[in-house]
Amino acid sequence: MRYLITGGSVLTGAGIHQLDVEIIDGSVSRLEPGIQQDGHEVTEAAGKWVGPGFFDLHTHLREPGQEWKEDIASGMAAAIAGGYTTVVAMPNTDPVIDAGHLARQIARTEPIRVIPSGAISLGQQGRQLAHLDDLWAAGVRIFTDDGHTVADAGLLRRAMEYIAQLGGLVAQHAEDPGLCRDGHMHEGSVSSRLGITGLPSAGEEVIIARDLRLVELTGCRYHIQHVSTAGSVELVRSAKRAGLPVTAEVTPHHLMLDHREVESMDPVFKMYPPLRSPDDVAALREALRDGTIDAVATDHAPHAAFEKDVTFEEAPRGVVGLETAGSIVHAAVGLDQAAFFERMAIAPAAVLDKSSGPIAIGTTDVIVFDPGAEWAYERPRSKSANSPWLGQTLRGAVTEVFTRSGLVSAIEEGVQ
Amino acid sequence: MRDLLSVDDLDRAAIDDLLDLGDDFVEVLGRDVPKVPALRGKTVGLMFYEPSTRTRLSFDRAAKALSADVLTFTPGGSSVSKGESLKDTALTLKAMGPHLMVVRHKATGAPWRVRDWTGLPVVNAGDGAHQHPTQALLDLLTLRRHFGKVDGLRVAIVGDIRHSRVARSLAGSLHTMGASVTLVAPSTLLPIDVDSWEVDSAAGIDEVLGEVDVVYLLRIQTERGGGEVFPSVAEYVSRFGLTRRRADQLPADTVVMHPGPMNRGVEIDPQVADGPRALVTDQVSNGIAVRMAVLFRLLTSEVPE
Amino acid sequence: MYRHPRSRLGGLMPQVMTSDDLDRAIRRISHEIVERHHGTDGIVLVGIHSRGVPLAEQIASNIESSEKVRVPVGELDIGLYRDDLASRPTTRLGRTLIPVDLSGETVVLVDDVLYTGRTIRAALDAILDLGRPKRIELAVICDRGHRELPIRPDYVGKNLPTSGHEKVSVRIKGIDDVAGVWITDGGDA
Repeated sequence: MRYLITGGSVLTGAGIHQLDVEIIDGSVSRLEPGIQQDGHEVTEAAGKWVGPGFFDLHTHLREPGQEWKEDIASGMAAAIAGGYTTVVAMPNTDPVIDAGHLARQIARTEPIRVIPSGAISLGQQGRQLAHLDDLWAAGVRIFTDDGHTVADAGLLRRAMEYIAQLGGLVAQHAEDPGLCRDGHMHEGSVSSRLGITGLPSAGEEVIIARDLRLVELTGCRYHIQHVSTAGSVELVRSAKRAGLPVTAEVTPHHLMLDHREVESMDPVFKMYPPLRSPDDVAALREALRDGTIDAVATDHAPHAAFEKDVTFEEAPRGVVGLETAGSIVHAAVGLDQAAFFERMAIAPAAVLDKSSGPIAIGTTDVIVFDPGAEWAYERPRSKSANSPWLGQTLRGAVTEVFTRSGLVSAIEEGVQ
Repeated sequence: MRDLLSVDDLDRAAIDDLLDLGDDFVEVLGRDVPKVPALRGKTVGLMFYEPSTRTRLSFDRAAKALSADVLTFTPGGSSVSKGESLKDTALTLKAMGPHLMVVRHKATGAPWRVRDWTGLPVVNAGDGAHQHPTQALLDLLTLRRHFGKVDGLRVAIVGDIRHSRVARSLAGSLHTMGASVTLVAPSTLLPIDVDSWEVDSAAGIDEVLGEVDVVYLLRIQTERGGGEVFPSVAEYVSRFGLTRRRADQLPADTVVMHPGPMNRGVEIDPQVADGPRALVTDQVSNGIAVRMAVLFRLLTSEVPE
Repeated sequence: MYRHPRSRLGGLMPQVMTSDDLDRAIRRISHEIVERHHGTDGIVLVGIHSRGVPLAEQIASNIESSEKVRVPVGELDIGLYRDDLASRPTTRLGRTLIPVDLSGETVVLVDDVLYTGRTIRAALDAILDLGRPKRIELAVICDRGHRELPIRPDYVGKNLPTSGHEKVSVRIKGIDDVAGVWITDGGDA
């Protein structure tokens, strides 16, 4: 197929320009103004942003083992709907992805890329190392016990030493098990009123502070998953200033919502890390703007309706995010086009040394984002709908997604 | 009034109304036949997910004194042990035709969920460490009957406030009624972010003994001792227990209250618990009256007048 | 002299009993009660809230001045016994106070107006929950007809044929600023 995106505001290596983009056989073949239409399937993109496909460092696809929540196919469909052309699958499946053959079962290249991550510890039990060489050989470059924290500093040190030598990346879900025991929401004025045991901000920060010393000790590249507090932002900022090989991500929901939402006691607002204070939200937005936080990552965590239809404390943790991330980040932070694609696509890919960048000849993953379009989030492509925004009208929509497979998504009449 | 979920939903006039009705029902309960037909034909569902004999019996008695029928659900030996969800249980109980549900559950917000699932009026009989509004109302009724008013009373709440729905409901409603509240507990049992509560706090019971009208003691879960949140029960008693010596220092008209069940010898000395200052049995009997008032209001008024 | 308070609808309300008429009727009822029972032994007057209570007190005073005996007076709130609680919510309950054991006594229920009989039905239930009197009688100032239950009064101040949409308003010393009985049209209170 031959595609032509006309009149869009295109992110190129030389800045933002009004250009036409021709895509043939899945990659950009021409990039110039006024390309003659000649049997192309044409996308009118006047007023819209054209840039690289989003890259998610943090997706739970639930396959294998929990396919009633999500599977790889439905997760990819959700990703495409949200403009993601690459997602990194978290290893907390059943069984846990702690060996190479399991990782190979997850990897996909069509219609979008699914990159498996591997566990740090066997079964994510936090006791002994997973099959790190085997995972490496299967192409795994990011190692995490996500959902759990590697709490044992000795084990984490050994993992960092080992993974540093391989050239990989350790990603940490930072939640101190002692400080956070029995916690269900941010510890603060709202948890105090509701009588719900809290997760103090310090529970995240002490782990990050400790881990940063281990980064100094081991030289391992370290990625902090879903940073949620102002204190964590400060830790990242000073670590980067000190030149440590540290990167960080933030989720759309932590950029948009704060713990006052939990006053509704609605389990849709339950996730870990929890929604924090308004001051934390402001610090996260600032950190994403100034680059202290490198990347937006969804922490897309599908749960079936019946699983969330319980009390807040009994509910499983997590929200879906792939389909709404672009809209929410755009609304919450208000980045310009270049910064927006930097945080949604280019920087997250760079965390994993994957190629992404401005649109150029040969680029394979191209999306069109209409910053002014309103759309109703009513029919999720994900198997799960545990989103605070379900049923709402959102502003900023991904209207087209092109990958090596060609045009894989186009928005319908205002409804995605 | 459609539901009674939180004291935060009750303004001063609404509380006064329920206390006035509660007074009336104290009189009814004193009759030779302490039963009236006001709720004949109505059915009250009691969903009690936590062992709570006294609250359940109190609601049961209140419903029956108004001639309502009672459907009681407790999880012991029920389908809950077979894994049935709260929602399915609520819908099952609803299908049996109650006009109102009374819900006790270990998780915050459970009564709100039951209301949303069933569409029935719901009375919160205690959710997690969150709210227990009928306990607060019975305490207010007990105070008003004893002192003639609640406005201006100085109340010390002593004990495990952090994990107490009684303290949350009572502190909020006392504030609404114009009483002042001092929370007395080790810092590990004071609420998180106590500054966001409209109260004072104190680090020992001796600090407040001379200047309160009411000492309200909470049950100390002794299993939390042994180093988890305080070093030992003996050390707790030394700083926060209402011993006889301390009780003797209270002003003559200061009263002692406790929501029960009491740990005699821990938070309260046995002789103080049974002494003339203690309003504990009044609390129990007023509990029935105030629950009658709540059931009566919710089941006889479409729109409050 | 006839007084004409304004009705809620703005029209003049016909007065059917003056304050003096009312006093005479209550005196007559007082005498009839004593006469029928050959004295005052075993008689307990129970006023139904709200206007039955001062009426019962007035009857007791009349009996006391003629017989030099004070008969016990109780008061009864029938709010919890009404059969229309769902459609007509109660705001505040009145006091129920029965000063003597009713077992074996003759209870004379006292109310201002007898209409459908439902209030009296509720009062009978309430009295029977409070004790086991030998006999229950009923004294009313006005019987306006339209009974829905097989209930009849033993002592009547005045029979007042009315239509269903009219309202009989008895006003009494001690509760109202003027005393007497009026018929108004409309209104549902």
